[in-house]
Amino acid sequence: MAIRDQFVIPKRYNTFSLLLMGVGIVSVLILLFTHGLSADEHDRARFWASLLQNSVYFLLVVNSAMFFICATTLAWGGWQMSFRRVTEAISTCVPVIGLISLVVLLAIVFGGDHTIYHWTDAHHVAEDEVLSAKSGFLNKPFFAIWTIITIVGWWLLGRKMRHLSREIDNQPLSVAEGKRYIFKNTVWAAIYSVLFALTVLSSIPWFWLMSIDAHWYSTMYSWYTFASSFVAGIALITLFVVYLKNNGYLEYTSREHLHDLGKFMFAFSIFWTYLWYSQFMLIWYANIPEETVYFQPRMKGVYRGIFLLNLVINFLAPLFILMKRGSKRNYGTITMMAVLIIFGHWLDFYQMVFPGISPEHVPFMLVDMGIGLGFVGVIMFVTARSLAKHPLIARNHPFLKESIIHHT
Amino acid sequence: MPVKKFIVGSFYDEQVLFPAVKAVRKSGYKIHDVYTPFPIHGLDTAMGLRDTSLHTAGFIYGITGTTTAFSFITWAFTTDWPLNIGGKPFFALPAWIPIMFELTVLFAAVGMVLTFCYLCQLAPFVKKDHFNLRSTDDTFVMAIEANSKTNVEEAIQFLQSVGAQDVVVTEKETGWWIGRYDQKKQLATNQPHIA
Repeated sequence: MAIRDQFVIPKRYNTFSLLLMGVGIVSVLILLFTHGLSADEHDRARFWASLLQNSVYFLLVVNSAMFFICATTLAWGGWQMSFRRVTEAISTCVPVIGLISLVVLLAIVFGGDHTIYHWTDAHHVAEDEVLSAKSGFLNKPFFAIWTIITIVGWWLLGRKMRHLSREIDNQPLSVAEGKRYIFKNTVWAAIYSVLFALTVLSSIPWFWLMSIDAHWYSTMYSWYTFASSFVAGIALITLFVVYLKNNGYLEYTSREHLHDLGKFMFAFSIFWTYLWYSQFMLIWYANIPEETVYFQPRMKGVYRGIFLLNLVINFLAPLFILMKRGSKRNYGTITMMAVLIIFGHWLDFYQMVFPGISPEHVPFMLVDMGIGLGFVGVIMFVTARSLAKHPLIARNHPFLKESIIHHT
Repeated sequence: MPVKKFIVGSFYDEQVLFPAVKAVRKSGYKIHDVYTPFPIHGLDTAMGLRDTSLHTAGFIYGITGTTTAFSFITWAFTTDWPLNIGGKPFFALPAWIPIMFELTVLFAAVGMVLTFCYLCQLAPFVKKDHFNLRSTDDTFVMAIEANSKTNVEEAIQFLQSVGAQDVVVTEKETGWWIGRYDQKKQLATNQPHIA
């Protein structure tokens, strides 16, 4: 059968991704000259906070593509096989964006300013009872080493999963070989999942985001961050699948697969809301000042608009729009919702990062979104490069047939 | 309930049933229903059934549940019997969300079960008739509804040509039927058609 399984990058796509990266670089430069080189510590913090928010958000989003692969592999799922190469391609962005994030994070921690991470200030910590009690965890060497281990680990284990997927491309498997192959995949996916649990599901959001409000803590925080990035990751996968379908690739991917991706987007939007509410409700109910301090600028202060918009975009919109079967099977609606969800969780990360740095006023500028667009450009560029490098269908995978005949 | 005449074909293979359903629809016969021992993916699409409106009903029940919980708690805690609980405002929306959620689920679940039973004509004391007992075991049964203008002989032959293993003409009372099986009125004996 003639199958177009080799992606060729269209010229316009290339131009567009380069253009977005240009927008990103210009935005960084604008922000650098208006704030980053300022003599005021708070202005500098505002510059780095924007980089922190964008790089961490997009890193977690592209990384959740690999988590999607590992979770479905562990569950012995077959339905995703017809577009699995797309998720693999998205996960190749991890080393690139991971490097950017690493530079940003280490620059913030070792840069000498303490406005974003208060706990990096040794004098401040010595006087502060809470922070000195936390210093066994919140200290510079641990932060740096664990961040490096995390990003390198995501990259190496992700690369291993991608290699496993490609190594059988020219070598049809017998039944026994197929069983062994599935087992090998399961083992590596399990190892990745353990690392994922130790990082995204626990320590990494504590380090990168929660330590901005170093006095405050929430046990829901990491799951909340994970839900946020995972639903955006599914939305990103959906966008690439729709793009490739519209250009005549991925013949084996049909409305049934789109429907399931839509279900994932719907379900994890609800899951995100569940965690959002669980975190909020306990703090609201107990009403202890150490805990409510987190919601003070967000709910009662200047961030109220973003706080409520966040709920509308990430909960009410997916709930009412994606609930219907028809809208999950409609390419137009699902594309719109995917874009909305990616933007919505970008906004979510915005209100996670900025109120801790600037509680008195919202420092929102369009260049913040410009930097975000730059990262979108990077994702488009890197993903297309790796899509074009390998066949779009894992043609010898034992579960491929299950995906072709998949029916929701 | 009206008595109708049905031409009932039995199939022993799912692979034969699918093209048969398509052929019967294409030739213009009205399929009353297809009875299968297990759910078959895609059969509803092949039969041209419209999407069930059960989910719309479920949504409406759910919204009703949310509204009930919300309006009742609001009335109780702000108007009827305001209580100072931990210094919280009387209108304490976050605390009510779990109750609103639970009532949404309760109303939707119970409402949908009852609606489902109604749509399937299931209720206490209501007995269901069957075209072929083996449709609960290993046989796929397709019932074609015949009216006064249907040429029964032609329909039987057509069913056989698309792969039905045995074809039976039967008359049945449709819809709700309340009573006991041993007192069931025999409307017509099944007439096995010998080809």
